[in-house]
Formats: sequence, structure tokens, C-alpha cells
Amino acid sequence: MASDAMARRAHTSAGRRRPLSSRTGLTVLAVVLSLISVFPVVWMVTSSFKTRATVTDGNLIPREFTFQNFVYVFTEVPFGRYLWNSFFISAVITVAALFFHSMAAYALARLRFPGREKVFGAIFATLLVTIPVVLIPLFLVARQLGLLDSYAGLIIPAIFNAFGIFLLRQFYLGLPKELEEAAIVDGCGHWRVYWNIVLPMSRPILSALAIFFFLANWNAFVWPLVATNNQDLTVIQLGIASFQTQYTSNWNYILAAATVAALPMLVLFFVFQRQIVESIKTSGLK
Amino acid sequence: MSSVAAQENRRATVATTRTPASSDRPRLSRKHREWLAAGLFLAPDVLGLLIFVAIPMVFSIVLSFFQVSGFGSYEWIGLGNYRRMMNDPLFWDSMKITGEYVVILVPVLFCVSLGLGLLVKQKLPGMGAYRTALFLPYVISLVVVGVLWKFMLDEQTGVVNRAMRAAGFDGKSWLGSPSLALGCLIAVTVWVMMGYYMIIFLAGLQEIPKEFYEAAKLDGAGPWTTFRTITWPLLRPTSFFVLLMSTVAAITGGLDLIFVLTNGGPANGTSLAIFYIYQQAFGFGEYGYASAMGSFLVLIMVVLSAVIFKLTRGGRFDDGE
Repeated sequence: MASDAMARRAHTSAGRRRPLSSRTGLTVLAVVLSLISVFPVVWMVTSSFKTRATVTDGNLIPREFTFQNFVYVFTEVPFGRYLWNSFFISAVITVAALFFHSMAAYALARLRFPGREKVFGAIFATLLVTIPVVLIPLFLVARQLGLLDSYAGLIIPAIFNAFGIFLLRQFYLGLPKELEEAAIVDGCGHWRVYWNIVLPMSRPILSALAIFFFLANWNAFVWPLVATNNQDLTVIQLGIASFQTQYTSNWNYILAAATVAALPMLVLFFVFQRQIVESIKTSGLK
Repeated sequence: MSSVAAQENRRATVATTRTPASSDRPRLSRKHREWLAAGLFLAPDVLGLLIFVAIPMVFSIVLSFFQVSGFGSYEWIGLGNYRRMMNDPLFWDSMKITGEYVVILVPVLFCVSLGLGLLVKQKLPGMGAYRTALFLPYVISLVVVGVLWKFMLDEQTGVVNRAMRAAGFDGKSWLGSPSLALGCLIAVTVWVMMGYYMIIFLAGLQEIPKEFYEAAKLDGAGPWTTFRTITWPLLRPTSFFVLLMSTVAAITGGLDLIFVLTNGGPANGTSLAIFYIYQQAFGFGEYGYASAMGSFLVLIMVVLSAVIFKLTRGGRFDDGE
């Protein structure tokens, strides 16, 4: 039925422009690919409004709408708590990361000190070290520092990544220096230059990065899985994963839970689409 | 590089002209205050990266020479873990599966993303909406993606098999056979990641000056010739970036998706090396042994990165500007 709908859609849009020009061909292709791309997400959302009996009936639009799945998910499982944990952790990581990274990036882009390029090179090299690679030692270090099973343990290791420093440094290298130089000539210290001039000027890139960091941490799974055991610290992705193994065939509940977890990111994406896309573009270019 | 040099020159002039005024400041000279400021600005991130990235990385290699038992007792066993690794058929199976996964995933993802990038670069009505649609899967967590596809690929009730039966084919046990499950893992990963790399390719394509294309058109070059002689060579920095990132991500990422979609099964068919290492460490407490395998995997990753760097001549990626 899905492929039906696609074929029909493709047909009508191809039929509208009579001669089969390459433009029409490309439009049809774009429409078909877009539908394939979006279909699974739509399927998940609409299925989450179906009843237990109809969730696997193969209809895109539920014959009977029910909100019961969502009620169940929030009342039978502490999903509210999971959502709050994820929100709190992602928000703190995002704010701290932006603050630290912009400070470091400002120093790397603007301040002159011996070994600057070496420091940058070393930071840049850590880009290739991803969490799965250092998962075991990170776990042992966190255990040694008493960070396991705590908010601090979920937050602190996730703050530090070279990606943000790198992007911000690129941004600062492209900013005009005149304002900062004038401020320094006027006797401003480096902190005031950073706080009063550089930070306000970086608002566009900071907001783009903020969305990116929030998204990445909201979606994080592997580190929380390793670092926490405590029910009260469960983040949403962990919650979904364990819910899914407990309720194996209750797809209506599982999909409702999955929809709840995905919804904030979908909303964020639709509102801040341009910022997200821009920050990805800059990451690839430079 | 040149912009930094220019900036330094400029700063140097500012600094020298200011020397008389700043010399009556107490204690620290302007230069040293700048050093101090830089140190303080860098301190949080440098410390954090040191403790949570660099030290663990080194620690991981050290750990690979120890037998770590239960909670906290370490015993030096030299190359014991590596010897065990050489003789562990399950590890080599997982490496073989990783190899297949990388060799299929990276080129497919590359071609799909490049194709999409070329497509969404066209000026067509509604292109913004198509870009949005193609990027959308990327914002969903791998856990939700896993749940969602598990639902769609279900042998009895899944929509994929329903569509196949409606089209007159037999439904398949998508997640029930090792090779099909690996294929599904790859397909789902492509679905999630294609939008991300599409945007990166789009950015690279938009960087290519329009004049080149206009000149090619005047010369009467067809689309294939234009692609081969202009787009492909000028896109090399982007291609390098995409190849490198997707290879690294293929080797070390995707744990979340494996956990939810297949849990390594069936018959270890989707037990990639990173998953096997995770199991050894957190399932059986074999931290030392898992670290040895992890270090081996990192070594392979470094070698592959170097090969990709050589093949694409590194693009513009080398000095970060």
C-alpha cells in the first residue's frame, strides 16, 4: 500500500508536465526518494495511534485512533522521568560544551602563545577517537573517579569533543579582528574581549552547535548504558531499549514510546533545520 | 595559514606600538598576560580531553597487556591477550563480518549520498522539501531507528513483507538469517546516514565555481563528461572527508543499532568486531582482552585512514584552513 501510494504520486506528478523532460524525471525521482526516506517515520507515528489489535494490520492511517498507548507508556513506565533525565543531561552538556569550546577556540584562533599550532594539532587528533573506541578505559577511569551511576558521570565525559572546538576556531578565524583590537588598545583584558565582543558575535554558530550537541546527546545510548545502572538515572534511549525487550510484541506500546523519544528531535529539526544543515555544511568544508 | 600569519603581523604591530604604554603595568608584560589568558581559556577543554579522551586512549593500550579480573585486580600477562586474540575464532569471525560490512556500506553510502547531493543541488520547485525529507532520518536516534525497523521487518506482520506478498513475492525472514540481517543492518544505516553525507556533498558541490560548468556547456560537454572532468576532481576534498568519516563510523559506530535491531544475531551474523569487543568487556568483564582487540581495531582504523588519505591526496583537509 505504501508503494502503491508512491507509484500513484509519482504518476500524477509525471503526468502533469507532458513532455518527459529531464526536469520532470528529476522531480519524480526526488519525490519518490523523499517518500521512501520519510515513510518509515510516518509509519511509526501513525502506528503508535493504533490499538493492540490493529497495530500490525498494514494500514497507514489507523482505522480507530487511540491515545491509550501514550497514556500507558507514561503511567506504567517512568517515561516522564526518562525524558527529564535526557533533557537535563543534554542541556547541561550543551551549555558547558559551548562555553568551554568557545573559550578554547578563541584562544586557538586569536591569542598568540608558544606551541599554539601544536596544541591545536593535538586537539584535532582526538577527533578520530570516538566513544566506542575508548569505552572500556573510559568506564574504568569513570569508576576510579567515582563517576558511575551519577548525573556527573553522564554529563562530564560527554562535554569534551574536538569537533566543537574545531568548528568554532574556523568561525573565529573568519571574523573581522578590528573590534577586538580596538578593545585591546582601549585596555580591555582578554576575558572582557571574549565575553563582551567575541561571544555575542558568535551567536549564529553557537545556536547551530547548540542544536547539534543537544541532538547528539539526546540520542546518546552507549555511554549511558555503560555508565548507569540506577533506574532514576535512566535516559530516554535506554528506557526505549529496555522497554522494547520487555514488551516484545506489544508494538503499539513500543512505537508510542519510540514516537515520544523521537518527537522532540523532529520538532527541533523542523524549527531549526537551517542551523542544523549549516553546521553540517561547515563541518564538511573546512 | 596565511591569514594567521597576517594576523600575527598585525597583532605584532599593535603590540609594539603599545609597548610604552603597557610597560608601566605591574608585573606581567603584555605578552605574558596573553600567554596566561590563553592557558586559562584552554585549560577546561585541554584537561577534559586529556582525562576523558587522551588518557583513556593510552590506558586502553596499557590495559591490553593486563589480565583484569572482576573488580580492580590487574595482572601483567605481556602479549597474552594478543595471543588469545590470534587464536579466537569468534574474534576473526567478527572481523570478517566487519570487513564485509565496511566494504559494502562505505561505497554504497558514498554513492547514494553523492547521488542525492547531485540531485538536491538541482534547482527544482519544492527542492527544500525534498532535502528536508531526505535528511529527516538522521535526527532520529539509532535506538528508535532500530525499534522502528524491527517493526517493519517483522517476518509475519512487518510492512516490508506485506508489500512483498502483495507484489507476488514470498516474504523473507529479514532478521532471521545471518546474511540478510547484515544486509538489513547496512540498508538501515544507509537510510539513517545518507541525508548527513548528502548535505556534506551538497556543500562541496556548491563550492565549485559556476564558471567551470558554463565553460563546459559552451564546449558542448555532456553531463557525464562534465561530471568526470569538473565535478569529480574538484569534489576530492569532500570525497576524502566523507570516505574517512564513514569508514571510521562503520568500524567503530553503530553499536546502538546492533543492540536493538539484531543484538549481534542471528548466529553471530551481525556481531561486528566492536560488538564482540563490547560483549567481552561488559558481558564477561574481560577488560584486558577486550582492550587488546580494541587496540587492534584502532590500528586497522589508522592504517585505513592513511590509505584513504593517500588515495585522495588528503584534499584540503590537512592544515584545517
